[in-house]
Amino acid sequence: MIVVPCPNCGPRSSSDLRNCGEVVDRPNPKNATIEEWRSYLYLRENLASWVKETWYCRTGCRKYFTIERNTATNEIRGQ
Amino acid sequence: MKQSRYKYSALKLLKHGLTHGDWPRMWSSNELNSSYDVIIIGGGVHGLATAYYLAQNHGITNVAVLDKGYLGGGGSGRNTAIVRSNYLTPEGVAFYDRSLTLYNEMAHDLNLNVMFSRRGHLTLAHTDSALRTMHWRAEVNKLQGIDSSVIDPSEVKKEAPSLDVSSNTRYPILGALFHPPGGIIRHDAVVWGYARAADHLGVHLHQQTEVLDILCEGGEQSNGKGPGGKVTGVRTNKGDISAPIVVNCTAGWSSLISNMVGVDLPITTHPLQAAVTEPCKTFLPTVVVSGSLHVYVSQTDRGELVFGASVDPVGTYRINGTLEFTEELAGHVLELMPGIAEMRLLRQWAGLCDMTPDYSPVMGFTSVEGFLVDVGWGTYGFKAGPVSGETMAETIATGKTAELIQSFNIERFSTGDLVGEKGAAAVGH
Repeated sequence: MIVVPCPNCGPRSSSDLRNCGEVVDRPNPKNATIEEWRSYLYLRENLASWVKETWYCRTGCRKYFTIERNTATNEIRGQ
Repeated sequence: MKQSRYKYSALKLLKHGLTHGDWPRMWSSNELNSSYDVIIIGGGVHGLATAYYLAQNHGITNVAVLDKGYLGGGGSGRNTAIVRSNYLTPEGVAFYDRSLTLYNEMAHDLNLNVMFSRRGHLTLAHTDSALRTMHWRAEVNKLQGIDSSVIDPSEVKKEAPSLDVSSNTRYPILGALFHPPGGIIRHDAVVWGYARAADHLGVHLHQQTEVLDILCEGGEQSNGKGPGGKVTGVRTNKGDISAPIVVNCTAGWSSLISNMVGVDLPITTHPLQAAVTEPCKTFLPTVVVSGSLHVYVSQTDRGELVFGASVDPVGTYRINGTLEFTEELAGHVLELMPGIAEMRLLRQWAGLCDMTPDYSPVMGFTSVEGFLVDVGWGTYGFKAGPVSGETMAETIATGKTAELIQSFNIERFSTGDLVGEKGAAAVGH
C-alpha cells in the first residue's frame, strides 16, 4: 500500500485517491499546434526515479495536489 | 553460422529416461562482439522472436539479443499464458489471429513442446453494456473468419460447470463471448523455444548484459540524440557495441530505453499482479474472464488455478504484491466459483506493463534513424509475441513497415488515428 499525504485529509491509502500521473506543462490552447496539444495529452517521460505528479483526493476533500514520488521505490517526499 | 541442433523426439526422451544422461544445453554462450547488424534490447518472447524470424525468414544472423537479467525474466515469464484473437478492432483481430496461427505451428517449427491447449475462452458479461460490447466483438470477429459468438448463461454453464450462473449473485452472468480457438500455452517453453532456435541459426544471446546508454549522432539535442539523428550503437555494462539498428523490446522498461535516444513514448508503466493456487483435480475446462470483476482464471495441466487481474491504478516500476489485490481477487473469484472457498493461494507475483492510451501497441520506425520500437504491450504482449517478431523482422529486413503493424505506428499519437482496443483488452485476456 502507498500512503499518500493529502494536504487536507492527511495520510490516506492510495486506493482512496486517484493518481493522475506526472505533471506535464500544458501548452496555451490559444496558439498550440495540434502536435503540441497531442504531445501534452499522450507523451510521458515515465521515469523510474523521483517524479512530480498530481493526485486527486477522490473520496475525501476532492482537491487536486502535487507531490514527489520515487516510482522505483514508491517513497514520497514533501508537497 | 549454423550449428547442428540436438533434435528433441519421443525416442530421445526414452533414451534419456533409461540412461539418465544429461541433456545438451539449449543455447550456447558467446563473447560479446564489438559490432552487430542488429541489436535487440530485451530477451523476452518479443525480442527472441524478432531475432529468430530475422535469421529464419530473412537470413540476417549477425544479431545480438541483450537482456539485463535472464531470458524470459520479465513479462514473458510473468503473464498468465492466455492466447486469443477475439479483439475489437479489425486491425487487432487480423494481427492477433496471425499470432494464434504461429502459436499453433510453434511446437513443430521450433521442435519444442510448448503445450498449447486450445481449450476455449469465455469472456463473461455481467452488464447490458458489456453484453453489447460482446456482440460488437463477435460481429467484428465473424467478419474476419474468427470463431467467436455470444452465448447465454445456460450455455456458459455447459462450457464451465463450476461457474455460478444463477441470478442470485451480486453480478449475475448475463452471457459470454465464447472463443473456442483461445487457450493457454506454456510461456517459458515459448521463450526457450525461440532462444534455442535463434541460437541455432547464429544469433548471439547475451544475458546479464544491461544497456546503460544508446549512442547516437546528428540528432537535434546537443549530445546528438533526439529526432533527426541516427543510432550508432549501445553502451553496456560489458562494453560498447556498434550497430546501425537497435530495437527496443523491453515492455515495462521501454520508456527508459527510449529516453536514451530522446524518443518520447505515450507510455506509463503499471504493475499487474497475478496469483496461483495449490493444485487440485481438473474441473475448469476453459479460460474464464470477467471484465466487471477484474479477474481471469485458467487451470494449468498440473491442476493449479492461475488468476490475473487488471493493472494496479498507480503507475510504478516497483513490483511487489499488495494485500488489496489478494483481497479483491479472492472476493471476485469466489463470486464466480463459490466452490473453491477452501483452496489456498500458493504464491503471487507481479510484472510490469507498458500501457498506451488506446490499448494498442507502438511498433516500427521512430524519428531516430535505426531505432525501432516494439513496445506498448500493456497486458496483452505475450499473445502477440510470435506475430510481433515476424512483423518486426520483416520491417527491419525490408526497411518498410510490415502491413499488419502499419496502424500501430508511433505517429498516430500526433495525427489522432488511435486504434481503440480498450473494449477487448482492458481486462479481458
